[in-house]
Amino acid sequence: MKLTKTGQKRLVSNSITYGMVVLAFILVQIVDSTGHLTSSLRGQLVPICAYIVMAVSLNLTVGVLGELSLGHAGFMSLGAFSGVIVSLGLRDMVGAGPLRLLAALLVGAVIAGLFGFVVGVPALRLRGDYLAIVTLAFGEIIKNVINTIYVGIGPDGLRVSMSDQASLGLGETGTVILRGPMGAVGVDKLASFGAGIILVLITLFIVLNLVHSRSGRAIMAVRDNRIAAESVGISITRYKLTAFIISAALAGAAGALYALNYSTVVARKFDFNTSILVLVFVVLGGIGNIRGSIIAAAVLTVLPEMLRAFNDYRMLAYAIILILVMLTSNNDRLKQLRWRFIARFRRGTPQQEVDHE
Amino acid sequence: MTFLSYLVSGLSLGSIYAIIALGYTMVYGIAKMLNFAHGDVIMIGGYMSFVATAHLGWPPLASVLLAMLVCTVLGVVIEQLAYKPLRAAPSLAVLITAIGVSYFLQNAALLIWSSNPKSFTSVVRLPSLKLFDGQLTISSVALVTILACVAIIIGLTFIISKTKIGKAMRAVSEDKAAAQLMGINVNQTISVTFAIGSALAAIAGVLLCSAYPILMPTTGAMPGIKAFTAAVFGGIGSIPGAFWGGLLLGLIEIFGKAYISTQLSDAIVFSILILVLLVRPTGLMGRKISEKV
Repeated sequence: MKLTKTGQKRLVSNSITYGMVVLAFILVQIVDSTGHLTSSLRGQLVPICAYIVMAVSLNLTVGVLGELSLGHAGFMSLGAFSGVIVSLGLRDMVGAGPLRLLAALLVGAVIAGLFGFVVGVPALRLRGDYLAIVTLAFGEIIKNVINTIYVGIGPDGLRVSMSDQASLGLGETGTVILRGPMGAVGVDKLASFGAGIILVLITLFIVLNLVHSRSGRAIMAVRDNRIAAESVGISITRYKLTAFIISAALAGAAGALYALNYSTVVARKFDFNTSILVLVFVVLGGIGNIRGSIIAAAVLTVLPEMLRAFNDYRMLAYAIILILVMLTSNNDRLKQLRWRFIARFRRGTPQQEVDHE
Repeated sequence: MTFLSYLVSGLSLGSIYAIIALGYTMVYGIAKMLNFAHGDVIMIGGYMSFVATAHLGWPPLASVLLAMLVCTVLGVVIEQLAYKPLRAAPSLAVLITAIGVSYFLQNAALLIWSSNPKSFTSVVRLPSLKLFDGQLTISSVALVTILACVAIIIGLTFIISKTKIGKAMRAVSEDKAAAQLMGINVNQTISVTFAIGSALAAIAGVLLCSAYPILMPTTGAMPGIKAFTAAVFGGIGSIPGAFWGGLLLGLIEIFGKAYISTQLSDAIVFSILILVLLVRPTGLMGRKISEKV
């Protein structure tokens, strides 16, 4: 097959992105086998993968679709808790850990995607600030509801209660999975770094292929000029919804991966702050730049571990970074200043804006 | 009697939401942006009043004035530094910046005052009102809150409809470019709007902390979001809309807590936001704006 010039460029760019992830995996394995990996860093490996998937999937909504979602952690939460329920529910039937993990990830993705559809249909009729607020509200509702739900497994299957543990009526043989505000306890740690990397690669495969497909171009056309896109016959709702549901489903899978890395999971973990954290990854990595999201998510998850002394100032620094990145990339005068600053470092290279990946 | 006491606390909470929602709705009407940091200005107002009364020993009224002054300055500074450079930027960029400012304020407060909750002494130190032979007790804070809200809405309506600056605000919200051509200083008008909104946020912060006396860096976040819900409920950009939206939301929250579920009250409030946006995206009193290509 002959590739056009842009096709070649894209192939190289995509290969770099995939290669980067595989290389990171191999590097970590080498460092680990020589015994140089600190235990705190080893504990961070799965969360890093989960956050990378979160960042890449949010970038699909923010960068490619051009809408702000402030409830991305809500989808993560849905995936996390449905994943936990599935993994514990299958404990007696399926012995193999990887199979249960796969089932948990799939169910997490499907449930989150389903809610993505439910939220997306009404929310995507709105634009800009309203959509951001609706997704924020959705995230809060999810957190609120999960905090009040009790789920257990008895001999006759899954039981759900909104009041307390006793009303589940499990008897002595049942196990309680979700204890309202106490969250899920006794979760099997099924997630591994290898599984995380595979999920990252699958996510990249889905997102990169979507972006470069006909649908992806349609989605970007909707982002760039809604009215023009509509006038050439692009169904706005359909493409917006496609992007939003895929983004939500990937966040759900990331949530399931994240949850199955810990023995206890609480709904509070997936609050507004988590949504903002992922947004920081996306903004810092470059809105619309998938590779940037991966690097930002990885670096910003590892860095706080290394700079424990500055932990108090970390959030403050994130806030300042968010503001500065927005100001320097959107204000004409500051934009010029930034380019002059960058030009000082690389003389001779042409000054041009990095466009969307 | 319990119904009446729920009604009073609903009205008082609703009044606080209404005062905050006024700030959102004015800024949205004029600058066409969602000032996400508004909720955190409330929190700063609360802390200012707390510092003035608890550490400096100032009288309550003086502490309120200090909070208003600090918040007004803060609001204008935020506008000048973070929002003004982005006047021509896409709304996504402005919104992310506003979230950044909100996050900045919360974490700055966290560093200054730590995450330990401070117990706030009410600024209203009057005995509570007992009606029907003591069957119904209305706290003085609730009463002052409702009265303050009514006074503010009357004052604001007067400013907007009768004064020169109010006229300028209406003109800018209608059409920025045309207002500029008529010799209105658009930037100054936007700054004044932020100043008024932030002063109102300070009052709301003090009243909120007087009614619910726990002060934390995240105190303002949730009321801020709920007040925005109220503003959307009433129709963003509309001042009477913010008032009625705030009152209704306060009543819904308190009655939802009392008769449906305590834990799910936030979920109820936010479900209403989603429902309103679905059925009537312009809110109860909002104007329908047709889109121009």
